[in-house]
Amino acid sequence: MSEAATPISHPESIQRRAIALVSGGLDSMLAVKAMQEQGIHVEGVNFFTGFCVEGHTHAIRKKDQDKNKRNNALWVAEKLGIKLHIVDISEEYKDVVLNPKHGYGANLNPCLDCKIFMVNQATLMLNKARELAGEKGFDFIVTGEVVGQRPKSQRKETMPIISSESGADDRLLRPLSARNLPETLPEREGWVDRERLYDFSGRNRKPQMALARKFGLEEYAQPAGGCCFLTDESYSNKLADLWRARNERRYELDDIMLLKVGRHIRPAEHHKLIISREEGENRFLEGYRYQFTSLTTVSCPGPLALVDGTFESDEELRRAAAIVARYSKGRADDEVVLEVKEPGGVAREVAVRPALPDEIPLSWHVG
Amino acid sequence: MTENVHELDVRRQLCPIPVIKTQNKVNELAQGAVLRVTCTDPGALNDIPAWCRINGHEVLETEQDDREVVITLRVGEPSVAL
Repeated sequence: MSEAATPISHPESIQRRAIALVSGGLDSMLAVKAMQEQGIHVEGVNFFTGFCVEGHTHAIRKKDQDKNKRNNALWVAEKLGIKLHIVDISEEYKDVVLNPKHGYGANLNPCLDCKIFMVNQATLMLNKARELAGEKGFDFIVTGEVVGQRPKSQRKETMPIISSESGADDRLLRPLSARNLPETLPEREGWVDRERLYDFSGRNRKPQMALARKFGLEEYAQPAGGCCFLTDESYSNKLADLWRARNERRYELDDIMLLKVGRHIRPAEHHKLIISREEGENRFLEGYRYQFTSLTTVSCPGPLALVDGTFESDEELRRAAAIVARYSKGRADDEVVLEVKEPGGVAREVAVRPALPDEIPLSWHVG
Repeated sequence: MTENVHELDVRRQLCPIPVIKTQNKVNELAQGAVLRVTCTDPGALNDIPAWCRINGHEVLETEQDDREVVITLRVGEPSVAL
């Protein structure tokens, strides 16, 4: 029997229980597996912030439909045979995005505050479960963090900050980097064997891939650019534009979902057009027509556009219609007819000449 | 006797919201109850059954047409809420 497959013995015969933060990526998958190899009962928790990059966002767009439509956290949980609790923290998370104590990374990504917040949420869950279920509660928290892997949150000096500011303290164990870090409660108490934890550090992914092979994990998600839209420059630019136009830093869930979809064009400070790029996005934006004024071509096939904001004149409306017509099949026609529909359902038609490319300056394109 | 079927409408919501709402609804229902979830995100067709398998609920039926996915499930044993 290999070393990795030998469960640690628990003389007191209490199976220790851990809550693991499961993102769906390789690191958290390995962290869970490393605990299971030591006989720990693990349950996963996955937090929905509203900014999560999921295969499903691609599912909106037809051209991306052969991309993965699964939720990776669920897939990992099933592969590892653990329960997964998906928790909607999108409302409480706003404060993390709007007021990050430790600031932003390269874009509007508050990675360190985010990690502290998530570990804190897991700590609250752990405390609640211990209160309700005693021995059947949970003993510690596990993350897939690796020292030096992420420039903002996963550095040697940020690891203790996450432990202390989250309130998890020494109940927070990072199995992949544990041997580079001070001993934690599960190690001190002998619930897990520190010698069978790892000392990974840095951005090199080879040790993780080798460990995956050792664990017999042949398939795993390899997200490019992380799992959060806030690390994406174009997305962050759209969010910053939204705040600038509203003269205040706030957002609702619908706002941040809509930033993931369509072509965003702002011809004026007081309105922005969200123009679908194909049928899947059309269908998605359709669901918002009861909230936004919308424009759609009727004389030829074309996109659906939502108007985030208001028109102050008929001129502005006609300019917006011409922009939308530019992205329709009738872009070369002399005239395109569009329907303008108010959220209340009142509709009228306007006929415009489609805008020429140089009539839509690059500076109007947001993102 | 016709079984009482609970309904959940999560149309136009993107995953994982349909899964979260299914999870929250299931937590309110008794073991053995039947829930019919209507979604428009095609990803739900993978995720809701996966969530059911992980958490011990039984998928009775899945249906899909051009625009909608409908998943019918039977609630299993309750788990310790985290």
